Amino acid sequence: MLGLNKKDTSLLIIVALLTLLAPFILNPFPEGSAMAQFNAGYPDLMQRFVIFGIFAIGFNILFGLTGYLSFGHAAFLGVGSYSAVWMFKLLSYNVIPAIALSVVVAGLFSLLIGFVSLRRSGIYFSILTLAFAQMSFALAYSVLSNPKFNLTNGETGLQVYADDPQILQGANAPDLPHLFGLPMRATYTMDVGAWSFDFNAGYYLCAVIMMVVFYLAIRIFRSPFGMMLRAVKSNQQRMNYTGLNSKPYTLAAFVISGMYAGLAGGLMAAMDPLAGAERMQWTASGEVVLMTILGGTGTLIGPVLGAGFIKYFENIFSKINDNVLHSWFAFLPDGLEDAVVFLIHPFIGKGWHLTLGILFMLVVIYLPGGLVEGGQRLLNWFKRKKTGADDAPSGKTEPAE
Amino acid sequence: MTNKSVTRRGVLKSGAVAGTGLALPTIFTASSAAAFTNEPTGSSVVLGFNVPQTGPYAEEGNDELLAQQLAVEHLNGEGDGGCLNTFSSKALQGNGILGKKVEFVTGDTQTKSDAARASAKSMIEKDGAIMINGGSSSGVAVAVQGLCQEAGVIFMAGLTHANDTTGKDKKANGFRHFFNAYMSGAALAPVLAAEMGNERRAYHLTADYNWGWTQEESIVASTEALGWETVNTVKTPLASTDFSSYIAPVLNSGADVLVLNHYGGNMVNSLTNAIQFGLLDKVANGKDFKIVVPLYSELMAAGAGENIKGVLGSMNWNWQLQDEGTKAFVKSFGEKYGKPPSNSAQTCYAQTLLYADAVERAGTFNPCGVVEALEDFEFDGLGNGPTWYRGADHQCFKDVLVVRGNENPTNEYDTLEIVEITPRAQVEYDPEHPMFAGGELGKCNPGA
Repeated sequence: MLGLNKKDTSLLIIVALLTLLAPFILNPFPEGSAMAQFNAGYPDLMQRFVIFGIFAIGFNILFGLTGYLSFGHAAFLGVGSYSAVWMFKLLSYNVIPAIALSVVVAGLFSLLIGFVSLRRSGIYFSILTLAFAQMSFALAYSVLSNPKFNLTNGETGLQVYADDPQILQGANAPDLPHLFGLPMRATYTMDVGAWSFDFNAGYYLCAVIMMVVFYLAIRIFRSPFGMMLRAVKSNQQRMNYTGLNSKPYTLAAFVISGMYAGLAGGLMAAMDPLAGAERMQWTASGEVVLMTILGGTGTLIGPVLGAGFIKYFENIFSKINDNVLHSWFAFLPDGLEDAVVFLIHPFIGKGWHLTLGILFMLVVIYLPGGLVEGGQRLLNWFKRKKTGADDAPSGKTEPAE
Repeated sequence: MTNKSVTRRGVLKSGAVAGTGLALPTIFTASSAAAFTNEPTGSSVVLGFNVPQTGPYAEEGNDELLAQQLAVEHLNGEGDGGCLNTFSSKALQGNGILGKKVEFVTGDTQTKSDAARASAKSMIEKDGAIMINGGSSSGVAVAVQGLCQEAGVIFMAGLTHANDTTGKDKKANGFRHFFNAYMSGAALAPVLAAEMGNERRAYHLTADYNWGWTQEESIVASTEALGWETVNTVKTPLASTDFSSYIAPVLNSGADVLVLNHYGGNMVNSLTNAIQFGLLDKVANGKDFKIVVPLYSELMAAGAGENIKGVLGSMNWNWQLQDEGTKAFVKSFGEKYGKPPSNSAQTCYAQTLLYADAVERAGTFNPCGVVEALEDFEFDGLGNGPTWYRGADHQCFKDVLVVRGNENPTNEYDTLEIVEITPRAQVEYDPEHPMFAGGELGKCNPGA
């Protein structure tokens, strides 16, 4: 289907199902129950899952295929966001021109940076991209936000003001990002018994875009172009000696992944019309590297899983505080309750970085292939068990990869 | 690996879902039954406390969180009631807000606009928070204020000192109790004139972002009005940790006052560098060299240690004040946590009570009702003396403290002494003042 082989088609279908049914999948616990704390099915987080998924898929095209480790991808994300907000300021709140411009601008910007950075490889390349990204951050944070020439609005973040031109903004158009009149914020809440599920317009826009770019990524992975990129990763020198100029390939990969990042940035601005300079900081660049490695470098689905994993921790674990813990362990005797809370305390709330760090170490040490390898091992284990126990059904739908 | 039947079913399912997906937009347009965003329907109401728990302002944030928890306790009638006993408005009964028990959720802003908005959004969308309080940086405050305006909930700003929060970035759903850079300048100027005379040459080091600029602008304007001369203004990158290279030129510039428009860790480092260079022992233009830090906080003073002695600055509030409101607050905070509260803690505590009181007086949680109740509200008894919430820009007007690093501290919390309590009239300004002009409050947004 769509020029994909059977395995890839089923992978695409699984991703489509996961994203479209996310409001159900991410809200497994009834509202009001103690476990509701772990529900992730609210619009903002779901949007983040897919947006950072897009960012990580794009990053993986560069890092997973060519092995070039860029430490500056957040710069493209930031540039995308700024372009999108400028479109809101100048044209209208319709998200289409904003997203389109963000991809174009990020593409041009990555062409410039890629052209310079790709003169070197390995660690030098990483340092160059890092330097460019930090430079962009500094520019956005202070240089380009002085009162005479205010392009980024500095620390406060670029936002839309009531006195902006917005020349195409219709009289009746909503006063917030919308898709031809459908506000991105619009949410339909479905109550089923004790459960409630949120269907958000912005999320579905992001989800559809993610499926499209995921499909594109599969095609790139399976194309002759993708094969060339893999050749760069396995031995670039040998490739050069055979007379092939690898630079156009790496530059193309760099620009494509920069455009993915720009798209993610544009979508972020479309969901929430404010662009802050922190988006371009080196920590943000490092985050996407973590996402990709955590999920599984060079695999198709891995980066998306990694993005979801990190965003889940950032948003869910950071919100568990001592009060919540006390309510969970209220059934224990007083002294014991305090002891348990005391033990768990460093790992929740502001300690979410610690929990994430430990899990990241465990994954890198025991599952070098990331979460995808974990999935595969689990699958193999089930298979072995199945063959051992003759015809006992495993009762599990098997993921394709 | 996957068998055919699964794939076919998958295709059918995805087709069905895609169909629903296409039909969904028509459902979205139908408005829900609630009159405003997160209307509390049960027996409790949720407040969102969004403070920096990690990052450069984490200490301030954690102190704010303690104060917010204390406020919730007092609202629910637990503890000794704190400022509820001294507050001039008697609408709050200690039985929650409008009879609903107050619950709260917390989040980490990481001192980043993006993370702060994400965490505020999750409070609004997931936990049903009806009000967001907190923030310890002006960038974050402005970002979250914008979000609350769009989402239709009330934002009660915590520590934010830039003029922009209630200047060009003001919003109808946002309120600020903390003072601002203009007020710092207006309060400091007379004290500076009295202590240092009218013929001084000032050199500014300024953190290179919005807050730094508005503060520099305010201080330059008010000191030049005194007759001071501004020798130079130098912007320093926010991420700097070593300011030696910025301090050295000060010595040869002909300046005799150094103004540090820095906050948090920046200020601790730049002040320490300045002391190491022996600036305070120098004599320039026949006068003793002086250092001024326009925005002070207890936590910064503790960080700078010995170096802070004798250095002048301004504050929103200090625990050593002797009015009834301050005494009540410091007593219940001290009994619960074993230390005096910082001025960022006090502003968050006051904001939480002010919100609850406004809801009680309005008789509804509807943000538009709350905005009406808070606008031009006059009150007393929360520690800052008689205070006015101006309706034109949602900024509080109250006395401002001028403080000095204590020469002979008697204990570890006694780092600052109050030099003067500048009366409110002296720090008031017109809402259309050039430093604040350009924004619009807009209309209150109840969401839904």
